Amino acid sequence: MSGPTDESARRARASAPLAGLETDLVDGRLIVRPTGSWTLHAIFPPHLAVLDAARESALNQVAFDCGALQAWDCRFVVFVRELAQRCERGRIELDRAALPPGVVRLLALADAAPERTDDDASSSVDDCLASREGGFLNEIGRQVVAFMRSAGELIEFTGAASVALVRLLRGKARFRHRDLLRIMQDVGAAALPIVSLTSILLGLILAYIGSLQLTRFGAQEYVADLVAIAMSREMAAMMTGIILAGRTGAAFAAQLGTMTANEEIDALRTAAIAPMEFLVLPRIIALVLMMPLLTLYANLMGIIGGALVGLSLLDIEPLQYLAQTRKSVDLVDFATGLIQACAYGIIVAVSGCLRGMQCGRSAAAVGDAATSAVVTGIVFIVVCLATLTVVYQVIGI
Amino acid sequence: MMSEAISKPADQAHISVRGLSVGYGDRVVQSNLDFDIRRGSVFVIMGASGCGKSTVLRALIGLLEPFAGRVAYSDEDFWAADAAQREHLTRGFGVMYQGGALWSSMTVAENVALPLEEHTNLDAATIRQLAALKLALVGLKGFEDFYPAQISGGMNKRVGVARALALDPQVLYFEEPSAGLDPISSRRLDDMLLALRDGLGCTMVLVTHELDSIFTIADDAILLDARSGTAIARGNPRDLRDHSEDERVRRFLRRGTA
Repeated sequence: MSGPTDESARRARASAPLAGLETDLVDGRLIVRPTGSWTLHAIFPPHLAVLDAARESALNQVAFDCGALQAWDCRFVVFVRELAQRCERGRIELDRAALPPGVVRLLALADAAPERTDDDASSSVDDCLASREGGFLNEIGRQVVAFMRSAGELIEFTGAASVALVRLLRGKARFRHRDLLRIMQDVGAAALPIVSLTSILLGLILAYIGSLQLTRFGAQEYVADLVAIAMSREMAAMMTGIILAGRTGAAFAAQLGTMTANEEIDALRTAAIAPMEFLVLPRIIALVLMMPLLTLYANLMGIIGGALVGLSLLDIEPLQYLAQTRKSVDLVDFATGLIQACAYGIIVAVSGCLRGMQCGRSAAAVGDAATSAVVTGIVFIVVCLATLTVVYQVIGI
Repeated sequence: MMSEAISKPADQAHISVRGLSVGYGDRVVQSNLDFDIRRGSVFVIMGASGCGKSTVLRALIGLLEPFAGRVAYSDEDFWAADAAQREHLTRGFGVMYQGGALWSSMTVAENVALPLEEHTNLDAATIRQLAALKLALVGLKGFEDFYPAQISGGMNKRVGVARALALDPQVLYFEEPSAGLDPISSRRLDDMLLALRDGLGCTMVLVTHELDSIFTIADDAILLDARSGTAIARGNPRDLRDHSEDERVRRFLRRGTA
């Protein structure tokens, strides 16, 4: 494995030019005499140590003698600049007269560029949030501030989207209906395969783990109850929400993020078309319509998955399994799941669109927006799930 | 019949800017800007790279709320207006962005047609014809069904012009119109802008530092300076080049030789 790499490295070293450095110290004047080829691929002796040693003695001037220098590139310029900085720090005069004229010109060009001033660097809360300095407590503080800010932004954005929705209902806001249909197809029908796969597997797993326990009590037919209740009340909605956060939330963030990076959002604004109405509303509506349907479908698939285990491993009759399932769940159970599904649809759409609209103007920013959309979506799905579970408990459904 | 009046800018101000300060976060980029843009004139906001030209443009077109000051279109204050009035004013201008900023999921014709679909009650056939006309005006006849990714960068810019023209605006803004174009395309774009100005009679505002374009088409200009953070000259760019008392102004307009 390492043989050829070593071999090629050795060959490269053998063919690389050599650079050298000689110094003479005469009456406090150091003559630096670079030799050979000072290029990027050359092999160097440890050269700057020479200067450190020289600094110990009384030194007041450094000069060059480039007679033996065969070739140079920016590697040499960097060396001269480093030397110049050391000389400046040690208050030693540097005589550049004997340098090759090209080097002198490059040095002048590099020094002519104005230094970045403090004016350009703005320090703000964002910089503090972005920095990774400080200890564990600072990190906790940063995370808390970031979470609070993210929750605030999500609520603010949801508010703005609600205003746009009210405008739509009053006939003032508009978007293209074919956009809505296309998005509905993308987030709904196109997601059926992945939703089928995960829901069947989820049903299988629930039934299998349940059966291990229930057969000990001879109560294996209650596997049907277990799967049906778990799927309809919580699992189908949550799994669909998380799948769509990864699949659709990230896609929304990437689409809108690219549009932001490309100034397409600005172009909409200056064409007096509100991006909130034109881009965000159809996405939220599509997800709120599609999420309950996908969840219902996930319920069916989960129950089928559970039935596969029930029929094959537990020898339950198909009709018996069906009857047991029908007895165990009612419409309220499905309704609780579907209400959650609507809420998750809003969360996924809003977090995707929000992160996309906040996106910066680079390719990396688009990637960050997609990541952030998925994380925001899943975090708030879990928060919402916990809240709704407590609410259901309190009102007794 | 109006061509005589159009080719010569009128004296009244179409856009008037007073005490404008713009920036990002808590950093002021340009401040205390006062200038008038005459109706039917070609006005250039010029300055070195990074001096805040585009930031000023963003405040004029409603994308960046200024820290202070007033931007008025025909005496109506843009930033003091309510949302509905601001939308009305926004429909009165078109913007061409530096990179084109075409909506990449739509064809060239759909890009031009979208503002018409959103803001007029015209039927689809008329909109299609209008879009084809605007594309023909910028020399892109026959490219209606291409997507922005399928045409060149220069063509993207011209579609951007066609889209800016979609609603027959009274003001057209151009951000760095000739940046990245070869000299001949750049010259052709200048000619096209003048022809459009004479034909449509609109006011044009350009953000650019291309001296050739500036001297060819500008009636008035303002020169922004990064160091002092405000305008250091206003007037006709040719006059400024030849007669300005300020060395910084002469240096900029004579490519560094005062």
